[in-house]
Amino acid sequence: MGASPSVYRTLLMIALVALAWIGLGMAVSNSYYQLMLTVVPIWAVLGLSWNILSGYSGLVSFGHASFFGIGAYTVTIALVQFDITPWFGIPLGMIAGAIAAVVIGYPTFRLRGHYFALSMLAYPLALLYVFQWLGYQEVTLPMKREAAAWFMQFADYRVYLVLAVALMVAAQVISLGIERSRFGMSLLAIKQNEPAAEAAGIDTLAWKMRAIMLSGAVAAAAGGLYAVVLLVVTPDDVFGLLTSSQALIVTLFGGVGTLWGPVIGSAVLIPLSKILQGELGDLLPGIQGVVLGIAIIFVILLAPEGIYWRIRDRLRRTQPLREAEDAQPLAQPTYTSMRPANASADGPLLAVDDVSRSFGGLRAVEGVSFDVREGELLGIIGPNGAGKTTLFNLLNGFLAPDRGRVVFAGHDLTGLKPNRVCRLGIGRTFQVVRSFQRMSVLQNVVVGAYVHAPSDIAAYAAAREALASVNLLHRMDAIAQGLTTKELRLMELARALAGRPRLLLMDEPLAGLGAPEVEEMLEVVRGLTQDRVTVVVIEHTMRAMVRLVDRFVVLNHGSVLAEGAPADITGNSSVIEAYLGTKWATLRVDA
Amino acid sequence: MTPLGIFIEQFLQSLTAGFFVGSVYGLMCVGLGLIFGVMRVINFAQGDFLMLGMYATLYAVVFLGLAAIFGPAVAPLLGSILAGLVVFAGGVLLHRALISRVTGTQAVGREGEGHYAQLILTLGIALVLENGGLILFGSTPQSVRTPLAIRAFEVPLLYDPRAALFLNQQRIVVCVVSFIVGAALYWFINRSRIGKTLRAAADNPEAAIYMGIDVDRAHRLAFGIGSGITALAGGLVATYNPFQPYVGLQFVIIMYAGVVLGGMGSLLGAFWGGMTIGLVQQLSTLVLPTQLQNAAIFAVFLLVVMVRPQGLFGRATERI
Repeated sequence: MGASPSVYRTLLMIALVALAWIGLGMAVSNSYYQLMLTVVPIWAVLGLSWNILSGYSGLVSFGHASFFGIGAYTVTIALVQFDITPWFGIPLGMIAGAIAAVVIGYPTFRLRGHYFALSMLAYPLALLYVFQWLGYQEVTLPMKREAAAWFMQFADYRVYLVLAVALMVAAQVISLGIERSRFGMSLLAIKQNEPAAEAAGIDTLAWKMRAIMLSGAVAAAAGGLYAVVLLVVTPDDVFGLLTSSQALIVTLFGGVGTLWGPVIGSAVLIPLSKILQGELGDLLPGIQGVVLGIAIIFVILLAPEGIYWRIRDRLRRTQPLREAEDAQPLAQPTYTSMRPANASADGPLLAVDDVSRSFGGLRAVEGVSFDVREGELLGIIGPNGAGKTTLFNLLNGFLAPDRGRVVFAGHDLTGLKPNRVCRLGIGRTFQVVRSFQRMSVLQNVVVGAYVHAPSDIAAYAAAREALASVNLLHRMDAIAQGLTTKELRLMELARALAGRPRLLLMDEPLAGLGAPEVEEMLEVVRGLTQDRVTVVVIEHTMRAMVRLVDRFVVLNHGSVLAEGAPADITGNSSVIEAYLGTKWATLRVDA
Repeated sequence: MTPLGIFIEQFLQSLTAGFFVGSVYGLMCVGLGLIFGVMRVINFAQGDFLMLGMYATLYAVVFLGLAAIFGPAVAPLLGSILAGLVVFAGGVLLHRALISRVTGTQAVGREGEGHYAQLILTLGIALVLENGGLILFGSTPQSVRTPLAIRAFEVPLLYDPRAALFLNQQRIVVCVVSFIVGAALYWFINRSRIGKTLRAAADNPEAAIYMGIDVDRAHRLAFGIGSGITALAGGLVATYNPFQPYVGLQFVIIMYAGVVLGGMGSLLGAFWGGMTIGLVQQLSTLVLPTQLQNAAIFAVFLLVVMVRPQGLFGRATERI
């Protein structure tokens, strides 16, 4: 989106908070409180790193201690065994953290939801036992009398405080960069609907890998500084379950998916638990945990999404409505041909050759072959359960065929992931609309525009054009959750169009629409072919389709039953039989 | 004895030990698996319910005088069952007071965010229980004593007169009880009327609501029963595993590994998942240093989950 005034405002806020924290640290003389004030930003950084992966993408990780611990041990071992200063040790740790993130992320991203979250738990715990076994039960960082500053050792504790705050500022700026770019938008799209993001051309695995690498590096930096500040490292301390849950707790408490959440959570919870421990710990060991636990329970019942969001909602309500932050002058819709200049003149645009797919014993699609010609409007019809949606999933890469080939404009699509298929120029909509519910209409469509847009500005322009072409520009600031079925269908269509597809697959675009809305939708779809997009539409009702399409392919029980012009198909007795049963077919023939 | 003979003896010893410990792991996993399967909530406090079960058993045996009435061998069993009932009641109350506010019908329409609230709420509860336990029970390790814990059956191995298996009697008792309780729960969930409502609520909460099933009540029951079963398993373990208020941390990980391994949502899977953990833990000592015994669990866990993401007994549910 480019740097907007709100970015500068946020940067200013980050600087002010950092300076205030340093000022507080300078004012405090008690070394116990100085240590506390130093540890707060470190836990905030761990929280921020967790937020980069889990807050933005929704993939909850219970194992961020892996990266924290790797950072801590890299710094420690580098210093103890190789005499490498933490000034280099911390960057080394960050590299190690990023590498660990690749090793952990690549296999674990195959898992979804709770499986992902709980599997992440296993890594730090396995590492914990391995480090114990390697003999690193308790490693103390040696004191360096001469060249102390070179080894990041300072008599004055406030230097550590400044270092910790500097690291926090860096992590916040990184988070801001993510939030305000296509990086953050892609992660947000993954969080809200991963298949839709993939179908809209977002390479979900690539973005998740980038997020976990960055997250791992930041967490490792926090761990490295933690080792330097505390001067002693134990596996339980840095790899333990408590460290992983600390990352969650400060972020969830403060607010998920914002660069302020971990900072707020850490600034409230860490001092609270330390002070309680200091004041009451001797009298009643464990009381700090009880009070902290109760505090967390109460706050989360009152503000389930974290403190930051609750405060912001409160402020928003009392403030007069502010204009949308990045409102730009409306681009004049100039929706032009999306067909590339080098379009091949002859041969079908899409050739489906003997494609089959079965689930267990069920043959959902069996030996289906047909062609789609450039510029035509093809209807695929068939009764419920005929294999229509499975066929689309095979065409756009959600499923791989057991047998057969799909060739699009000279490219073999077999085995390609949906985002690659989308990049080649096939867009799609879904039978049940897959929207990014909490994003605005414009943002929903922008996600689809990233595929070919060279910059974020170009992506927004393409999104506006696509919205204009489906007559939805006036609703661009509405949140997707509040749209009507028709608007949702149009929005999803715009999202697919924003990627400038040559071929558009539409899965039951008329489902759930009333009669006047059906007419409107038909008008929009007809308009598409005038823009020379090739369209394939799935429907199970024939009536509206007869007036729309150039040609039909009829599926029944997973195979092609008939193919031809609308007039031929409606008179075809086997088609009538498939739809209405034998009796009707014979009646029709008699008549 | 030949080296092979020694190895076979050690192998069989580890195998039986793994089977015995695996059965009670299986039972605690079933408790967690029930909560997860029905409510789809990750409950971090599950390990602390286990801890409460251990202390409840201890106090029932010592202070309620179960030991004096029923004898030292039977008392721990009765104590565990009592502990299960007490924690069941506690779980029901906890669900009513706190958990229900961020789960079930309350979480409908909150999508991902409701998720976060559940996680941190159970983390908060875990903190309170662990540290409250520290205040109430103190940090000295405790154990529930039974004479059976120091008795063993000696089973001669036929291939060599000097080879023999030692089977700890208490562990056999624990194993048998775990199987019985597990089977009873399985019957209850699959056959009884209440069990059917639980499964309906788990399968499709929305449809269950339309069918007149009180989903929140089903969740409350599942939460109570799941907590109680895990607590009962805790009481059984307490007879041979010394414990302190932080013991839950050690077991909650084993439970989650078992439940994921078995396939989330499947009770049978959870039981065999827990059994797998027990077997891996014990058998790994044959080839690995003892310190790496737990690392082996996680390595096997990750391996299985990567190869079969839906777990050993789960169904692939992903659809587009």
